Amino acid sequence: MPVTAANKVFAAIADPTRRAIFERLARSGELTVRALTDKAGVSQPAVSKHLGVLKLAGLVCDRHEGRQTHYSARPQGLTPLADWMSLYAAFWQDRFDRLEDLLKRMDQ
Amino acid sequence: MNETPAEALSVVVERDVPYPPEKVWRALTQPHLIEEWLMKNDFKPDVGLRFNLRADWGAVDCQVLEVEWNKTLSYTWAAYGLESVVTWTLTPTTTEPHLRMEQSGFRPDQQAGLPERQGRVAAVLCEPGADLGADRLNER
Repeated sequence: MPVTAANKVFAAIADPTRRAIFERLARSGELTVRALTDKAGVSQPAVSKHLGVLKLAGLVCDRHEGRQTHYSARPQGLTPLADWMSLYAAFWQDRFDRLEDLLKRMDQ
Repeated sequence: MNETPAEALSVVVERDVPYPPEKVWRALTQPHLIEEWLMKNDFKPDVGLRFNLRADWGAVDCQVLEVEWNKTLSYTWAAYGLESVVTWTLTPTTTEPHLRMEQSGFRPDQQAGLPERQGRVAAVLCEPGADLGADRLNER
């Protein structure tokens, strides 16, 4: 269901720390949890938890290599947001049409 | 990605409206007029006031954030499990007034509606020129 997918993505990026992690991955490519923790300003378990939420929302993917887990951004994970925004855009265009009709009918 | 995702998340619709700003403002702020183009409502242009926009399928919970007479109107918009802010800006230009609506700051609403309802609303919204009223929902 598109709304559920969009809600997950909205929920994931509503948190500033998670947003920062996602943006960093989008800019830097693949990074380990440790590398992410160095600049995140929160503990490694907290970073891991945030990564888990981002992964569930489809915004990051992980790759295991030895003991390390490497994370990278999935920009295509933002698609449900784009879809959701386009629904609202259509809604408001329709309402603007109605507003214009009303203004035509109204007295000065 | 060039833009910060969260900041890129806004819907903007703007049009030139060939009417006096006072008249457009009335359409944006008087409940019986709002009902004609948006939804049934108990709106009043009082900052802090909570109001609803209502249709048969449910309601949008809103709170007035900013009122600058004939210029700016801003309110929160909580629906379909997401909260956002809707801002109307009326700019007088040399030719004719310009009306801009921006909906932004989407974030999860703690008092989210039922998923089923959200899905049905989304399905209705998907149809071009969709009417958010009950007629189409009842057909389902």
